[in-house]
Amino acid sequence: MIKHLLSGGDLDADTATEILDTAAEMATVAGREIKKLPALRGRTVVNLFYEDSTRTRISFEAAAKRLSADVINFSAKGSSVTKGESLKDTALTLQAMGADAVVIRHPASGAPHRLANWVDGSVVNAGDGTHEHPTQALLDAYTMRARLGRLAGLSVAVVGDVLHSRVARSNVLLLSTLGAKVTLVGPPTLIPVDIAGALAPGTDVSYDLDSVLPNVDVVMMLRVQRERMNDSYFPSAREYARRYGLDGPRMRRLPEHAIVMHPGPMNRGMEITPEVADSPRSTIVEQVTNGVSVRMAVLYLLLGGNNR
Amino acid sequence: MTAYLITSVSVVGAAPTDLLIRDGVIAEVGPGLTAPDATVVDGTGLVALPGLVDLHTHLREPGREDAETVESGSRAAALGGYTAVCAMANTSPVADTAGVVEQVWRLGREAALVDVQPIGAVTVGLAGERLAELGAMADSAARVRIFSDDGHCVADPKLMRRALEYVKAFDGIIAQHAEEPRLTEGAQMHEGEVSTRLGLIGWPAVAEEAIIARDVLLAEHVGSRLHVCHVSTAGSVEVLRQAKARGVRVTAEVTPHHLLLTDERAETYDPVYKVNPPLRTAADIAALRAALADGVIDVIATDHAPHAVEDKECEWAYARPGMLGLETALSIALDVLGPEWDLIAERMSRTPARIAGLTGHGVDPAPGVPANLTLIDPAAHRTIEPAELASRSRNTPYARMTLPGRIVATFLRGEPTVLDGKAVK
Repeated sequence: MIKHLLSGGDLDADTATEILDTAAEMATVAGREIKKLPALRGRTVVNLFYEDSTRTRISFEAAAKRLSADVINFSAKGSSVTKGESLKDTALTLQAMGADAVVIRHPASGAPHRLANWVDGSVVNAGDGTHEHPTQALLDAYTMRARLGRLAGLSVAVVGDVLHSRVARSNVLLLSTLGAKVTLVGPPTLIPVDIAGALAPGTDVSYDLDSVLPNVDVVMMLRVQRERMNDSYFPSAREYARRYGLDGPRMRRLPEHAIVMHPGPMNRGMEITPEVADSPRSTIVEQVTNGVSVRMAVLYLLLGGNNR
Repeated sequence: MTAYLITSVSVVGAAPTDLLIRDGVIAEVGPGLTAPDATVVDGTGLVALPGLVDLHTHLREPGREDAETVESGSRAAALGGYTAVCAMANTSPVADTAGVVEQVWRLGREAALVDVQPIGAVTVGLAGERLAELGAMADSAARVRIFSDDGHCVADPKLMRRALEYVKAFDGIIAQHAEEPRLTEGAQMHEGEVSTRLGLIGWPAVAEEAIIARDVLLAEHVGSRLHVCHVSTAGSVEVLRQAKARGVRVTAEVTPHHLLLTDERAETYDPVYKVNPPLRTAADIAALRAALADGVIDVIATDHAPHAVEDKECEWAYARPGMLGLETALSIALDVLGPEWDLIAERMSRTPARIAGLTGHGVDPAPGVPANLTLIDPAAHRTIEPAELASRSRNTPYARMTLPGRIVATFLRGEPTVLDGKAVK
């Protein structure tokens, strides 16, 4: 097993599949009356959050607690970080406290890679800047596999602000490894340069959502910040929604079996309408549930829970 | 004053000969020289070059003496084979007045390891809003001739035009940091495949090329001298090639790191590789090397940029850009160009001395010329250990790399600043 999970690219197909299979086992725990396994008893997991992200933090916290780990939440607010302590000094502090794993969310791309140089424990990237969010990609893959029965050969459209999206990068890397075909859709201003060469050969780009929808098994809508219009990525929220938002009529262009995903939090009315978000095709709530199982599997495998 | 007899040394790659240094100048050149009073330096196997001249050095004093001082930077320069460096103006306070440039100039004289020639800021506080007192700096004891807001681009086209025109009165030159600021807001590294993969905001090549294109047209329009700092892209080379073919009075420099390292170095997120302009692609490196050989690029300049540990041991986005260069530049040139001694002398000594107006530097050893020279062992290899560098900072991108060539001795006006590969003070 790998030591750290920093990028969707860290996972080969076997390792990724092992995580998804383990997550499926973990999911059975959630159905029990006592939702707890003793696997990580006595181990310490630190949630080191430099950005507000209640969703991701509580998902990791629930995952670690269900595995009986001791969980320390270290948030930038109200800690020494606001007093200007460097990431390295924080890392050395966590190291001295004996953290077995550090789950880090950070606004700077690559911060988890830097952290991994400074601590002995495992580092899990819970979202770094505009770079990656590998456990989100794992829970997305888990959700697709659960709904559609497979990943290999699936056609997945990832729609929206790919440029600034860590979810998109991790998904392209992981889905390509697992044999799915990814098409990135958005206005040209929000599609980064050389994306196929940068991430995975065979990744397609389209600027026309309507032409893509009839041929996909999955459409994943990314959160688009309204403020992007202030930097001229698009003229207005209204125009964005008209060209790239998923509404009822567009959803009906999808094949019968296709699902609609969103990593949350949603901008209802911007990239997705309530009709779509609340439809039976939507997996948005399942994604949250699956997130806990997948993060349990990641912590369990990274911390060697399977060979103790 | 001690005399020095350098025996059997190859002067700029020619057949071995002897050099006698006396009273600060080259007294005699020729085989079989004798001078009983002289200290003998065995030059067997060594190459003598005119002392190297750096058009682009950050000495950090005043303001960031924790990262570098005029003295520590001068020592690093001497160890790198330099006898003169041009100190950039982005200190704190900014070198935008006669007072500050004279302070830097005086500190250089006191250190007495290289000639420190201050560069003056173009605009007050590097703010890009109004001209600094360029004439006062030119008339000061520091006799400033190169003006640069390096680290910032003089982005306002009217201000750039005025600066180019104004310095004609004292044969000054504007050295532009070519970076269209609106195209590089928040930029962290070269915009391309690697920036996309790493999720770091891209610094597109066009942001450099657009400014160079504008500036060569402005220089042509007003008939002024323009120098382009740290050219980093293949497209910039083409703009410069066309401008030079039209006769525009433009010169350009390239750094050692832009001749050797690509943007893939960013993949570790180690900010030791963060620099402005950023490391580019292999295709850019090929174009820069070709331009250096054919003269479209005139000069290798280090952009030696020391930074304190805390400014580099952090997240990439929060780190300061820049890397050390003085102690490794000659080795990189040798690695990139091979033992093309005349070309190395041209790009690292003669031409930069001419651009900076540093008479007495950049002149090949010959009877009567000031004894500013450096001796290189081209057969030696050395592994770069950051802790062994003379700079106060440790941010070298070449750590643990093995590079060809070693500076054995450097002489400044006949006085050794480096002997046996060690600084004499």
